[in-house]
Amino acid sequence: MVELNNIRKTYNKGSVLAVDSVSFSVSEGELFGLIGPDGAGKSSIFRILATLLLADSGTASVNGWDVVNDYHKIRNNIGYMPGRFSLYQDLSVEENLEFFATLFGTKIQENYHLVKDIYVQLEPFKDRRAGKLSGGMKQKLALCCALIHKPVVLFLDEPTTGVDPVSRKEFWNMLKRLKEQGITIVVSTPYMDEANLCDRIALMQNGKIMSVESPENIIKDYKNELWAVASPSMHTLLSDLRQFELTESCYAFGDSLHLSFKTKNENNRTETLQYLESRNQREVEMKKINPGIEDCFISLMQQ
Amino acid sequence: MKQFIVFIKKEFAHVLRDRRTLLILFGLPVVQILVFGFALTNEVKNSRIVICDYANDESSHAIIRKIEASEYFDTEKITLSYSDIEKSFKEGKIKAAIIFPLNFDNDLQHLNKAQIQIISDASDPNTGNTINNYLSTIIADYQRQMMDNIKIPLRVTTEIRMLYNPQLKAAHNFVPGVMALVLMLVCVMMTSISIVREKEMGTMEVLLVSPYRPILVILSKAVPYLLLSLVNVATILLLSVFVLDLPIVGSVWLLFLESILFIITSLSLGLLISIRAKTQQEAMLISMMGMMLPTLIFSGFMFPVENFPLPLQIISNIVPARWFYIIVKTVMVKGLGFSAIWKETLILTGITFFLLAVSLKNFKKRLE
Amino acid sequence: MEEQVIKVEKLTKRFGDFTAVDEISFEVTKGEIFGFLGANGAGKTTAMRMLCGLSIPTSGAASVVGFDVYKQTEDIKKNIGYMSQRFSLYEDLSVIENIKFYAGIYGLTNKQIKEKSEELIERLGLHSEIKKLVGALPLGWKQKLAFSVALIHSPQIIFLDEPTGGVDPVTRRQFWEMIYEASAKGVTVFVTTHYMDEAEYCNRVSIMVDGRIEALDAPRKLKEKFNVSSMDEVFYMLARGAKKAVI
Repeated sequence: MVELNNIRKTYNKGSVLAVDSVSFSVSEGELFGLIGPDGAGKSSIFRILATLLLADSGTASVNGWDVVNDYHKIRNNIGYMPGRFSLYQDLSVEENLEFFATLFGTKIQENYHLVKDIYVQLEPFKDRRAGKLSGGMKQKLALCCALIHKPVVLFLDEPTTGVDPVSRKEFWNMLKRLKEQGITIVVSTPYMDEANLCDRIALMQNGKIMSVESPENIIKDYKNELWAVASPSMHTLLSDLRQFELTESCYAFGDSLHLSFKTKNENNRTETLQYLESRNQREVEMKKINPGIEDCFISLMQQ
Repeated sequence: MKQFIVFIKKEFAHVLRDRRTLLILFGLPVVQILVFGFALTNEVKNSRIVICDYANDESSHAIIRKIEASEYFDTEKITLSYSDIEKSFKEGKIKAAIIFPLNFDNDLQHLNKAQIQIISDASDPNTGNTINNYLSTIIADYQRQMMDNIKIPLRVTTEIRMLYNPQLKAAHNFVPGVMALVLMLVCVMMTSISIVREKEMGTMEVLLVSPYRPILVILSKAVPYLLLSLVNVATILLLSVFVLDLPIVGSVWLLFLESILFIITSLSLGLLISIRAKTQQEAMLISMMGMMLPTLIFSGFMFPVENFPLPLQIISNIVPARWFYIIVKTVMVKGLGFSAIWKETLILTGITFFLLAVSLKNFKKRLE
Repeated sequence: MEEQVIKVEKLTKRFGDFTAVDEISFEVTKGEIFGFLGANGAGKTTAMRMLCGLSIPTSGAASVVGFDVYKQTEDIKKNIGYMSQRFSLYEDLSVIENIKFYAGIYGLTNKQIKEKSEELIERLGLHSEIKKLVGALPLGWKQKLAFSVALIHSPQIIFLDEPTGGVDPVTRRQFWEMIYEASAKGVTVFVTTHYMDEAEYCNRVSIMVDGRIEALDAPRKLKEKFNVSSMDEVFYMLARGAKKAVI
């Protein structure tokens, strides 16, 4: 459905490398996630696929159409939601939806079944101006507007950034339902915890793709053992563990530290506890844990 | 076609829902016309002038009586030296001085020719000129009466010396000027801002990705502002006819057609700016500095173009408002037809095509 | 007895009929990392503004570093630091110009400015970058610099408004390590966010729903209490019932 081959994109006459020979493909009906921090190159990839930017080199196609030559066909058949809120703030909810429906040469009624689930939540506020909606509601409206012409592929650039956790969860539920209706979705997010909700994800950093896999496989590929260590004095615990000779890496993860060792060894735990005791750490808790996507991301970054 | 209509409806919603835009759009022309209009008429009424009657004879008395009867002047009869008159001017006490030379009546009767000197303060050119015109009219009036009585033609020539700004332009020029200014402001600034706002808000991205053609985006931006600008032209014309008593001598239709041409010129300029500018502030600044000031300076509305040094005169040729100003003045004030303005119209059309071509060539169907 | 640097008692703010903050009460201990969570529109920003001395409460009482939020707002401002993701540094000024500007507006003497800025640049390892414009720095560095600049006048409390959105996981951790370090030195850290992974780093968190504080405890205890595995779920259970936040 979506294909990228060695796409490269630079800005400012080549001085800023945004996308560095990226290749991946998305199959029909897939929910594909681009995961990475700001500046990883996610938005540039979206804009290249949406035919808004020309790549410096490489080829890309959407539904078999080339992004350069068949741009008009692509524009007619995709739904695109840019990174920032891009509806008319001074038009009402209903006016926005109607405007975009007409622009794409369709009527709200024609594809209402697609947006119905989402639109019923917006309906009580349909006369409200879009600028007066909360972050979560704005994103729902933007999704409706991107969906209203029944696109074959939906490109969503960071739809959940700046949205509160409840709305984020609802938004992902909607994506799941759209996927069930057969729409291919490419979505990006800087939040690692959302990665698990995709069929497959591409982990991106500095314009490069570090890995393209299903979230389960990415976690399976994490070879090291991972330990969670906690004590009442997290700050000293962190610096102690960083100085520990067996430590491969140690990072703060919420209320505990995630620790990995240079070698696999049965005695790692006991030795660590002994070391920490020698550094006057009290009430140390240490247990083995399964890595998350974020652990994998950090480990991939350091390779 | 349906898409086009929805788009235009959306543009109107933007304008009508934003109070500031509405104010600039419709408040501005009214305020400008009224301010220019009343500032002008109020100044001339009850202007203080001094009369130095060195002649002190029958004819001079007759003319003085006529001037005193006029509602425009507060007169003061004194005999002063030239240096005293100049002092009064400098202090701003008087607007004009009328000097009857010795032997005025005698010259008039026997030489059939006499002189009156009118000295006026032209630091405000419009006022100065208006006063001169009024005074000359009064004197010409007296002359006519005299001619009725006596068969031999008698001539009073008024010698006018303008202080501070010797070559002033006629008054009532401001209506064409305000028209050029307002249309420029509305079209250039409003269109460029409204396009750049879509860029800033990110909606341009969505529009580009839609099947709606970029060229139609531009067209649908232009149509609402064209219509709104025509409303402005009508407002200005109505105000000048009914409030300022400045009649439209020429054809109203010709005036509107020429206005449409100038509006399209301005819209193309706005489009060009919107392609360059990245933020609304940038668009506003370029419109203000790049368009408004040249319109004020080079159109001939404030300063006579003929007095500019040659390089500036050449620059003034590429300012569209200059040509529109001439067109409006010719049609509205002089009452001449298309044959008198075909040259200006041609130049304006040329500028428009050039601007349109440049901006359409530079308009991007992609983001960069 | 631990020192309470923020004391809030039935603090309320109304805008006309709308109660943005509804009788909230809590205390924050010196050196604590306190997470102030809530959905968009739950009242977080309003509450924080009152604590920073930017907005006068409608009723209730609160003191920040011993100063009253009604009468001593100027004293409060001198003793707190503030950093937000949206605005903190001038992108068109260089690193050193930003540092000097902020040091200057907090009234540091020239000698202090010199010492502090050298120390700060040393600590961040920004020596080769001091003349660069802030806009040209990577996001992660900007955040670290912004945080350090917010601490330049040695405030007792630092308010962080959604500080770490959009950075990579390693940079984010480096940022939190700076926060831990500041906290270890006795600076109280007050973080508002609606990202729950950020909440997990805090010593204690409060969760605001519709202007009220619905829960306040250590993240671990909240998770135990609601019998879930992440703060995200705790938040979801509490905020789902919100009325105002949905609109």
